[in-house]
Amino acid sequence: MEKLFMTGNEAIAEAAIRSGCLYYFGYPITPQNEIPEYMSTRLPELGGAFLQAESEIAAIYMVYGAAGAGMRVMSSSSSPGISLKQEGLSYIAAAELPCVIVNMMRGGPGLGGIQPSQSDYFQATKGGGHGDYHLFVLAPSTVQEAVSLTGDAFDIADKYRTPVMILGDGIIGQMMEPVEFEQRPRSKEYDKSWALSGAKGRPRNVIKTLYLDPQKLEQHNLKLQDKYQKMKEDVRIEHYLCDDAEIVIAAYGTVARIAKTAVQILRDKGIKVGLLRPITLYPFPYDHFQEIAERIRKVLVVEMSLGQMVEDVKLAVNGKAEVAFYGRTGGIVPSYEEIAAELEKQLF
Amino acid sequence: MKQQQLECAANTAVDSRTLYTNLTMAGFGGQGLMFIGKLLAFSAMKAGLQVSWIPSYGPEMRGGTANCTVVIANEPIASPVIRSPETLIIMNNPSLEAFEPRLKSGGTLFVNSNLVTCPATRKDIEVVAVPADEVAQSAGGRKAANMVMLGAYLAKVAILDKSQIEYGFLEFFGSKAAQTLDLNMKAFSLGAAFSQADCKTKKES
Amino acid sequence: METIDKTDKMDRVFQRPEALTKATTHYCPGCGHGVAHRLIAEVLDELGIREQTVGVAPVGCSVLMYNYMNIDMLEAAHGRAPAVATGFKRARPDLTVFCYQGDGDLAAIGMGETIAAAARGEKICVIFVNNATYGMTGGQMAPTTLVGQKTSTSAQGRMSERCGFPIKVAEMLSVLDGPQYIARVSVSSAKYIARAKQAIKKAFEVQQLDLGYSLVEVLSPCPTDWHMTPQQAVNWLEENMLPYYPLGEFKVQGV
Repeated sequence: MEKLFMTGNEAIAEAAIRSGCLYYFGYPITPQNEIPEYMSTRLPELGGAFLQAESEIAAIYMVYGAAGAGMRVMSSSSSPGISLKQEGLSYIAAAELPCVIVNMMRGGPGLGGIQPSQSDYFQATKGGGHGDYHLFVLAPSTVQEAVSLTGDAFDIADKYRTPVMILGDGIIGQMMEPVEFEQRPRSKEYDKSWALSGAKGRPRNVIKTLYLDPQKLEQHNLKLQDKYQKMKEDVRIEHYLCDDAEIVIAAYGTVARIAKTAVQILRDKGIKVGLLRPITLYPFPYDHFQEIAERIRKVLVVEMSLGQMVEDVKLAVNGKAEVAFYGRTGGIVPSYEEIAAELEKQLF
Repeated sequence: MKQQQLECAANTAVDSRTLYTNLTMAGFGGQGLMFIGKLLAFSAMKAGLQVSWIPSYGPEMRGGTANCTVVIANEPIASPVIRSPETLIIMNNPSLEAFEPRLKSGGTLFVNSNLVTCPATRKDIEVVAVPADEVAQSAGGRKAANMVMLGAYLAKVAILDKSQIEYGFLEFFGSKAAQTLDLNMKAFSLGAAFSQADCKTKKES
Repeated sequence: METIDKTDKMDRVFQRPEALTKATTHYCPGCGHGVAHRLIAEVLDELGIREQTVGVAPVGCSVLMYNYMNIDMLEAAHGRAPAVATGFKRARPDLTVFCYQGDGDLAAIGMGETIAAAARGEKICVIFVNNATYGMTGGQMAPTTLVGQKTSTSAQGRMSERCGFPIKVAEMLSVLDGPQYIARVSVSSAKYIARAKQAIKKAFEVQQLDLGYSLVEVLSPCPTDWHMTPQQAVNWLEENMLPYYPLGEFKVQGV
């Protein structure tokens, strides 16, 4: 298999195309512009459509429209732009439309900065917009993993009829690494009889989110909730040197990679430390943390935020092990020396 | 020549058993530091190595510096983010100020001495001062100063040879780059030769 | 005794269009939405495109439009219908797509999407119902509320020095290059309704011919929120709205 040298952003765009995504709607924002740029060239060649929308808001509703036609469709943005998309994501989740949204996080709040960050964890995993809903959230930590998770994202979106978010950061988006595009097994044929195609020879289809009768809305929300429970079968996590660990670092995405080097350095010093890297942030791998909490002393959660995923870790660990936190914010990326030093402090 | 390079390289951080090295390149935008970073990483990938390349991040990118960091290894790369690189290639004063304090102890600092006028202050590092603009001029154009620096670096840290860089240059940057191939490879060779001479002088002294 | 079905002997001159469901209307007496729905349904039947058409419903009084239209329909968030229609049309250029939007939806919260879709020449039809008020939420001031018109958020009448002036959507969009057909019609009385239907039909024909964007602004009475009887509302519309919002075709290309 030929290795290509690509940025994470380009690799995600190519992976989306190879997963059958022929429609992309977006709005420029750093640090994810390579995705729309790539799509703008490739999609028209393939007979699909690329459109640079007038706003992030319009872009997410274009996604809603194309998803309503039963097509594989994607948008991407970065933190402030993703905030603008929240209303649309709530509608898409409510209307049970499959689509994939990429968030290459940058520092916030407000306009913030353009440097990498992980401070949209709450927004991504807890709903983000209004109402009782969740996105399925995947967090790649290498460019190669971004490729495989993009393919999975489209399948998960179709499987559950739900919006899926790929949550990266400026480093994952702009870093270049070797990638291979393996031949994915063809996605199974998902039922799309709900899609709109003109009511030809069948009763009309309506895609809507309005349920004025509270009993019907409750039923609808319970149905969504059911789906979120079922998603647990697709939970993913990487365990690294956890078997004999007395203390583990919990981190996702870019930070998990940096933490991996910290673990290697600490292991060389004889410290029994491991790494837990959630790959699905929603559904969160609560069970894995619960299980490991029985046999370790402490979890050090490291994030490029001032403490978001740490809340889920605390919920999972539920007092069975100590939970400590180390975070950098505003676009500062922690170094592995910094993480290793923090862990050594936490040993006592 | 290959033999000489390897001998010289024995002093560097590259361990032949588990190959792992990293470096940061910094200078003004337009000096082609991103270019040589990508070229190095791509060529190393083509040589079967693991690589990562990340562009400017963090507060260092302020104040007129563009930088990128490359990691090359023969095992999967954990952190692509390197706070204290083993090698620096520096092409302007602000970048020297920003990055010299972070160079790993015992590391090598390559500076374009035509542009970096401030002296390096640390004593625990090796400094290789390359008049890259002059050398590039003698190769046919100052624009190729970045390739002089890359040649100088690879002469010290012999992970790739000239033919691998030439292959990478053509493969990754395509037909446009081919027009400037001769100039760039000449600059690369002159940079390598300068570095070897420097290495020899230091050994003898 | 033999019964004779008299209908067999007569020509059927009026019936429910196939593009309408049998749902009973929830619109107030004298409201123009029902008429506008019916005109769209008749046009879809006449053009034979009921089964190739997808409608985008707005937020406002006509949010439940999908209960009445016997076609595939997609509900949009407030103001976002043109973006939803754009996404759908780009994915299925073979189908006919229309948006149905009120004045708050189209000219206030959704003005950005409206202008952008029109400027792109997006191949969609927009039926824009202008009743100079926010009907669904209880008669608040709309971007098309006339100066001096009383609403629940302009109790003394709209004051231009505080609230500016009503937006003439048809005129404004007709200066763009993207739109191919722009007209303003009224459903206040029979003579206007016939012309309204012609305009709506042209708007759909523009899309059938793949020409580009079309918009028909429909002036429509809202007796409930204007606090009038249906007849008073018709009179008020014709006396006050028609002078400010003149009827006619503002842009006609290719049809």
